[in-house]
Amino acid sequence: MTPGFGRMLRKEDQRFIRGQGLFVDDVRLPGMLHGAVLRSPHAHARILAIDTLAAEAHPKVRAVITGETLRERNMAWMPTLSGDRQAVLATDKVRFQGQEVAFVVAEDRYSARDALEMIDVDYEPLPAVIDARHALDPGAPLIRDDLPGCTSNHIFDWESGDAARTEAVFADAEVTITQDMLYPRVHPAPLETCGAVAQYDKVSGKLTIWETTQAPHAHRTLYAMVSGLPEHKIRVISPDIGGGFGNKVPIYPGYVCAVVGSIITGQPVKWMEDRSENLMSTCFARDFHMHGELAASRDGKIRAVRVTVLADHGAFNGTAQPSKYPAGFFGVFTGSYDLEAAHCRVTGTYTNKAPGGVAYSCSFRVTEAVYLVERLVDMLAYELEADPAELRMRNLLRPEQFPYTCQTGWTYDSGDYPRTLRMALEIAGYDDLKKEQLAERAAGHLMGIGVSFFTEAVGAGPRKHMDILGLGMADGVELRIHPTGTAVLRISVQTQGQGHETTFAQIVAEELGLSPDDVEVVHGDTDQTPFGLGTYGSRSTPVSGAATAIVARKVRERARIVASAMLEVNAADLEWERGRWFVRGDPDSGRTIAEIALAAHSDLELPDGVEGHLDASCVYNPPNLTYPCGAYICVVDVDPGTGKVSVRRFIAVDDCGVRINPMIVEGQVHRGLADGIGMALMESIAFDVEGNCLGGSFMDYLLPTSLECPAWELGETVTPSPHHPIGAKGVGESATVGSPPAVVNAVIDALRPYGVRHADMPLTPAQVWRAIQGRPLRTDLAIS
Amino acid sequence: MTIRVAMTVNGTEYAREVEPRLLLIHYIRDELGLTGSHWGCDTSNCGSCVVWLDAKPVKSCTLLAAMADGHAVRTVEGLERDGRLDPVQQGFIECHGLQCGFCTPGMMMTARWLLDHHPDPDEAEIREAISGQICRCTGYENIVRSIRWAAEHAAEHPGEST
Amino acid sequence: MQVPSQVEYERATSVEHALSLLSRPETRVVAGGHSLIPMMKLRLAQPELLVDINGLAELAFIALDGGQLRIGALARHADLLDSDLAGRYFPIFRDAERVVADPIVRLWGTVGGSLCQADPSEDLSAAFAAARATAVIKTPDGERTVPVREFHLGPYETVIGRGELLAEIRVPVRPGTGSAYEKVSRRVGDWSVAAAGAVLCLAGQQIQEAGLGLTAVGAEHFVAAEAEDFLRGRAADEESFAAAGAIAAGHCDPVADQRGPEDFKRHLVAELTTRALRRAAARAGSAG
Repeated sequence: MTPGFGRMLRKEDQRFIRGQGLFVDDVRLPGMLHGAVLRSPHAHARILAIDTLAAEAHPKVRAVITGETLRERNMAWMPTLSGDRQAVLATDKVRFQGQEVAFVVAEDRYSARDALEMIDVDYEPLPAVIDARHALDPGAPLIRDDLPGCTSNHIFDWESGDAARTEAVFADAEVTITQDMLYPRVHPAPLETCGAVAQYDKVSGKLTIWETTQAPHAHRTLYAMVSGLPEHKIRVISPDIGGGFGNKVPIYPGYVCAVVGSIITGQPVKWMEDRSENLMSTCFARDFHMHGELAASRDGKIRAVRVTVLADHGAFNGTAQPSKYPAGFFGVFTGSYDLEAAHCRVTGTYTNKAPGGVAYSCSFRVTEAVYLVERLVDMLAYELEADPAELRMRNLLRPEQFPYTCQTGWTYDSGDYPRTLRMALEIAGYDDLKKEQLAERAAGHLMGIGVSFFTEAVGAGPRKHMDILGLGMADGVELRIHPTGTAVLRISVQTQGQGHETTFAQIVAEELGLSPDDVEVVHGDTDQTPFGLGTYGSRSTPVSGAATAIVARKVRERARIVASAMLEVNAADLEWERGRWFVRGDPDSGRTIAEIALAAHSDLELPDGVEGHLDASCVYNPPNLTYPCGAYICVVDVDPGTGKVSVRRFIAVDDCGVRINPMIVEGQVHRGLADGIGMALMESIAFDVEGNCLGGSFMDYLLPTSLECPAWELGETVTPSPHHPIGAKGVGESATVGSPPAVVNAVIDALRPYGVRHADMPLTPAQVWRAIQGRPLRTDLAIS
Repeated sequence: MTIRVAMTVNGTEYAREVEPRLLLIHYIRDELGLTGSHWGCDTSNCGSCVVWLDAKPVKSCTLLAAMADGHAVRTVEGLERDGRLDPVQQGFIECHGLQCGFCTPGMMMTARWLLDHHPDPDEAEIREAISGQICRCTGYENIVRSIRWAAEHAAEHPGEST
Repeated sequence: MQVPSQVEYERATSVEHALSLLSRPETRVVAGGHSLIPMMKLRLAQPELLVDINGLAELAFIALDGGQLRIGALARHADLLDSDLAGRYFPIFRDAERVVADPIVRLWGTVGGSLCQADPSEDLSAAFAAARATAVIKTPDGERTVPVREFHLGPYETVIGRGELLAEIRVPVRPGTGSAYEKVSRRVGDWSVAAAGAVLCLAGQQIQEAGLGLTAVGAEHFVAAEAEDFLRGRAADEESFAAAGAIAAGHCDPVADQRGPEDFKRHLVAELTTRALRRAAARAGSAG
């Protein structure tokens, strides 16, 4: 019998290894035109005039769209995923460098690019708000004067936990740690940039959009709301997506302009951004200025964590997270420990930078939360001269404490944290590493060992608590078994490389005893698939995976009834075993799903009230998030003369519950570990005082290569989620969450002989050297 | 203003009238419709555009098509021979060397060239060979394993084109 | 992806043909293209005519000739990296090429192209300056030579005039020479935060001649002249190397940028100069 769960090669690889994937830029339609966006060079400026006459006169230009063009259609502004609004094309002012100002539609992409230079924009530069720490100063320049009643750059305040109880614990704690730490602005930078091909058919009134989107249905609904086109006349197609990582969740102005361009010209319009546009204007991640405190007893009991955060949201509040959580799931800063108290306050501010904040596998700010608590715990270890692994082991939640509700109200579903950490220590040979470190230090070499233990919170989420722009986060799924016994599964989530065409087939295979090769997974086309909120926040397995298991079980139950009719027995007398319903006590009597399917489509008489065929659908509303966890250990060597950090080893033990396909799980972990090296050592988007973006190309925004990454050493523990139908928790973002603190902890540990307690990411050679000198850099601003 | 640019791609001769400034990657993708090679940056860093020019890998976003006039290009579409997958292609499937598939053609073209010149590379040599190309999905581990698999299965002809 | 503005294209069939094409204004040579084409895509360079010299095979060589290592301008970075000949006499070039760009770019980018691009962070500029190389430039009247130390006039500016073409670089070979290059970058393939190249000619333990090249720190003509003067005649020992590093650090002009602040770059100059000298001396000791 072909296995359901287990290591299985991917079905989708057949097209990719032949170069036959269909990515948005591969879409070619007859008469297709090309769009290009003119962007603001200024971070903050009034627009006095836009002269498009020369561009319009270019022989290959078919249309030039400005904010005024859109204003006439009521489309100059569009809602963001956070209930704010964002300019599609600027009308009054530009509010970040790279903001969209005009859109050219031309016969080819080279002419479109040429025509951009023929548009003349008269700007009146204004003082820019760049340093988030001064954005809320009285007298700071006002960015959002487009919002009625807006008098400052303040967006929101959000609190969680018990301030008074936390203060009481801090007041009598024997040891307190205090540290400011920045999680710098970084960018998901998927290898494929964002883009769309919009095709509006005047005759049918149908708009088809091929789009780099992780959430095609949500986009369809939003386009209906924004454009006035009825939703059943909008079709969003996510073809193959070259990586998403949260970057492809929002609707970008370029997509809207492509739609308008198609409506105006009557032809399909393709817009693909270039890399600088991607880095300068699309959804960035993080940018949390955190002031963290930890209270403990001298014997190493972690008692409370407190943090205030200044969140830099850029010029428009476009963070994508459930609407009741303006700071996402940052509330899990309580970490993997049993605290007596915790409190956080997050303040969101506008700045003259691109909008975003929630992206790059952050699980809605869990990256920030985990970084904070894991750095603080390491600093406690430093203060107490305790071993960081041993200190954690003493404080980790115990298995018998689960389900565990933390001080900020999140109920962690399951975990055996000590076992997970123990396995990581074993794989690492931790004791030998510590001995080696002593010897290295004696010889004047800087070797660092960094530990991180994380609790993730994924699978958003229960509709009672979680919606995005009012859309509940429940996912639909449909399963049909054909008469000849093969199946089609239609899902709402959208893979960008996570292997859904294989893993979701495996879920059906596991439940019904089919071969995964006999289950076709359909996704990405809103005309062909049920509604759901898409793939991000590691939610596909926890939500749509659950939906798939449940729908397959519905089919299995219907099959029981059909089998009972075939075998002329009571349904209650049937048992299921690996792909067959058979009469209890008579194993040879069984019928496979394929046989039952044929019968279900035949003239077989069925009991009253039982419909024919073997189809089912369901909408899964998850009862809770799921909580994967992991223990990571990073070993680095630092050259004190140059500040260069080499990552020698990285050990990662993940617990994501039941693993549908271990090969795919490992691949997901590998990626996140590389992300951690990138963010910890080299990635950041900084700005100079005028608001020039200093991370606008891959020469400036550095990503790790094969030479910066070691051979990853992986392990697993499995504590199933008690509320998930197959016990799976999801894993897509775990490693991105857990790895940056492991790397940073390792580097800081390496610098122990110099008394360094903390330095902000990225720990470039300059930053490491400066930290050794006692003068670390501030990494969100230009180095001067 | 256009010029005639002709080249052999995967063994087939093509000629097109194009602007001299047309980049080779756009000639391959937009003029010839061979969309297996991709582009992902503006600064020749990402390597998703790697193809072969006269049997050497090149970042095709960094050459004009005109510079390849009269020369031979090989792309991912030309890795298969007579309907059989190259061991590199099979290796990427066997070892989960791809996830989103966007960097994959470029990685495979470099891998094929490496193995043609160093049939038995160790891990360090493989990592060095692909260090000019970015992958955002795999953390590189499985790409390295895929290339090792291809080195170890060079003599076989695994897989059939479906 | 960003794309160039309109440009004309011609292929040179001979050096003479190239020179005559290059006599047009707003004309640039394209060899590997890996310096120029990225600039054209960003529209930082907008030549009117590109002259493709890739067909000029006579400019692609690496040879030892009359006491000189001769490197044709069309030698690819990979050729110089892999050259046993160059590596035997001047391991500084191998050290430098190993850290220039990435393995695929090195198959196409040329030594001449990099020198002519004249980026202040170009590793080969400092390496050739340390080696006291000479540039050979073809002119309509024949050829002229310019010491590499006089070749660069400023960022992105060289002495090559209209109608001229860099043809080769010649490096004098002396017995007892060792050389090395040390670079720090934020990531593989990135431009240097700072780099130093050392070419030492020793007689026994005494330094007969020292060449010190510095990259990306605003050193005039990529050279640490004061430190070279200091080293001449001194013992090739740790004390001399450390002192030379300090002098080099005090006589360059690094600018703060996202690669690092000024103090770090100066520190690196001292540190890397010392390391390069140390390795150069060790290699001189084992050379013929």
